Amino acid sequence: MQEVEKIVNGKDLFKRPEYAEVLANKKQFESSMLAINPAKVDEIAEWTKSWDYREKNLAREAITVNPAKACQPLGAVMVALGFEGTMPYVHGSHGCVAYFRSYFTKHFKEPTPCVSDSMTEDAAVFGGLVNMKEGLKNCAAVYKPKMIAVSTTCMAEVIGDDLQAFILAAKEEDKGEFLPEEYPIPYAHTPSFVGSHITGYDNMMHGIMSQLTEGQKGETKQRINIIPGFETYIGSLRSVKSIVEAFGTDYIMLGDHSDQWDMPAGNYEMFQGGTKIDDAKDCINSSATISLQKYATSKTMKMVEKRWKHAGGFSNPIGLKGTDEFVMKLAELTGTEVPQKLKTERGRLVDAMQDSYPYMHGKKFAIWGDPDFLLGAVSFLLEMGAEPTHVLCHNAPNGWEAEMRALLDTSPAKDSLNVWAGKDLWHMRSLLFTEPVDFMIGNSYGKELMRDTGTPLIYIGFPIFDRHHLHRYSISGYDGALNLLTWITNKVLDQLDEDTKHIATTDYFFDLVR
Amino acid sequence: MAGAASLRQIAFYGKGGIGKSTTSQNTLAAMSHYFGKNIMIVGCDPKADSTRLILHEKAQDTILSLAAEMGTIEDVEMEQARLWGKGLFDRETPGGWINCTESGGPEPGVGCAGRGVITAINFLEEEGAYDEDGLDFVSYDVLGDVVCGGFAMPIREGKAQEIYIVMSGEMMAMYAANNISKGILKYANTGGVRLAGLICNARMTDKEYDLALELAQRLGTQLIHFVPRNNIVQHAELRRMTVVEYSPYSDQAREYKELARKIVYNDMKIIPTPISMDELEDLLLAFGLEDEVDESQVGKAAHEA
Repeated sequence: MQEVEKIVNGKDLFKRPEYAEVLANKKQFESSMLAINPAKVDEIAEWTKSWDYREKNLAREAITVNPAKACQPLGAVMVALGFEGTMPYVHGSHGCVAYFRSYFTKHFKEPTPCVSDSMTEDAAVFGGLVNMKEGLKNCAAVYKPKMIAVSTTCMAEVIGDDLQAFILAAKEEDKGEFLPEEYPIPYAHTPSFVGSHITGYDNMMHGIMSQLTEGQKGETKQRINIIPGFETYIGSLRSVKSIVEAFGTDYIMLGDHSDQWDMPAGNYEMFQGGTKIDDAKDCINSSATISLQKYATSKTMKMVEKRWKHAGGFSNPIGLKGTDEFVMKLAELTGTEVPQKLKTERGRLVDAMQDSYPYMHGKKFAIWGDPDFLLGAVSFLLEMGAEPTHVLCHNAPNGWEAEMRALLDTSPAKDSLNVWAGKDLWHMRSLLFTEPVDFMIGNSYGKELMRDTGTPLIYIGFPIFDRHHLHRYSISGYDGALNLLTWITNKVLDQLDEDTKHIATTDYFFDLVR
Repeated sequence: MAGAASLRQIAFYGKGGIGKSTTSQNTLAAMSHYFGKNIMIVGCDPKADSTRLILHEKAQDTILSLAAEMGTIEDVEMEQARLWGKGLFDRETPGGWINCTESGGPEPGVGCAGRGVITAINFLEEEGAYDEDGLDFVSYDVLGDVVCGGFAMPIREGKAQEIYIVMSGEMMAMYAANNISKGILKYANTGGVRLAGLICNARMTDKEYDLALELAQRLGTQLIHFVPRNNIVQHAELRRMTVVEYSPYSDQAREYKELARKIVYNDMKIIPTPISMDELEDLLLAFGLEDEVDESQVGKAAHEA
């Protein structure tokens, strides 16, 4: 039992005699009922590490175990929170919304505003129009957002609710009390049985950009739009902005949630920062748009390039080469020299990479995450002479596998480097047992893999629930690459110490200077 | 919102078995052949019979069957899902062309066909089918009645703007026409969809023309054409052809040409005024389709009377 004056957490609490006894009794009871056969458990556990099991596992079609992706509306909610005073509104069941909020909150350790119109069984039968009418009105009346960005859950999608008609109907019925005609309520259909969170990101970004810019086309301005994509590193957003600002050019970052999910202590406000609505309306008049995540913005960029005829295109500023390309693209678009500040930052990074190169070179890695993150991170690993043995992308869109393969083929170790598109982390477990690596790079869901296989996990990715403050750092730009370098190298060194710490057996290499 | 500003998107709705697919294909064939219109057909019926007369095929591969085969809709290629019309309707032959897609859907008794329609239309939008050079018309052929949000997909904002209801002088067809008008009304207030006319596919029932005309007026629309019954339609259909192609000089081909002309130049697009069930019953009574029954006889079996 807990004592009020001295609360202990689960780590110590369950070691206490009263709990130890309960657990022992439970085990005794279950094994006496033959529910547990320890020998059989061990046998099966061993079998799951074999090549035989791996082949069966990789042939698996009808089930996902430990997925490395999330669903569409999660991405839509992220987009919404990147715009000034914007409430993400999910048309559908409220359980889904509880999940989006807690998922982001556990990662960012910040509150995540998001509302739902709570569709239940009657709405599933009669359609969600009534919920939408009430919900939008309530949302506007209670929270007074500057904009409401509507996405959907599977339920609304299966019954085929028509967002545009519903939003118009809600405005019409409201007669301007809370939802005046000009009140921006962009929307996106985000069925989760299609694609992943990056598809939802794309759909919502496309929705906001296309709907807010209706009728806004005017004179083209020398200005660059930056679309960050599903970016979970707050520091990355800041790095990218600082690179663009170094060129002294006018720019709009579309979907900038860096303040929303990094609020200082003090008075809580529901919304902070974000792309100004007026800027978002005017983004059609910029001369160029650069997307930092190709696979998270394919639909949006199709519109920007084909209909808006903007220059720019894609650029993935992760790692040395990726950042170089981004910087050169900006130099080209602005017609200016690369600022000295960036040249200096670059020089520092290259210097640091040389310092750590001997430790990362030849090390084998398993890595998983979103498609664009992987392209950047793998490129950086290759720059450091590392060998990304297993590159796994659960939500790999068309074209990604070939692009990743081409990247891996630039490595001298290419024949031992594998791409796993559409596979989950239970597949990864088999890969790690049969073709082991030195380190894993991934999100918190690699924790079980770390325990099962003993492979050290370097926390880079999303979501990260059980390590603090990593999301505050950058992984983009020269400074971001330095962070990647620091995290990875130091883990390599930690492990080296671990392997060489044993007195008189391995500690001849337990060096003070590395 | 997809497609060029001049693109007209029309839809054929109507009760099952009324001859929607036959009427629509024959009419579209006439629009293409006689008026040089370039058309995309989007079949929205799991039966997938909205394009067979244009393609001279039994049934084309549907978007959803291709998706099921590939494992995901993202792997379906436009060339597999969209076929170019045969014979008169090819790109190479003079006059307009027609290209054909079928959404497809689940087997009877399982799944959600409405969702299938949404998936298929989204696929066509994303793959640029609406951006095809020279496209004048998109035509949706929609299963039966408006039943749920999925089947209303073609009448949503940015999709079909003009709805033609295929009906006949039979009671159930008129019920259905009135019901579909209710569905259109629901979307007409917030979107741009309009009822553009009734097409009476004649069954040669009593006073059919008068009845169809009366219903059209009550709904606030026009009886855009009264298509007489003619066996040549069946003859053509057995050869998987439209009448326009099978027998261009027949009377029936001229009827479809006339209907095509009326649709091409149609400027009567209205928000419908559906009538109540009582009014509909009264209408049928007035035209003698139902015998008046004394209130005391309602619910009584024959031997009781």
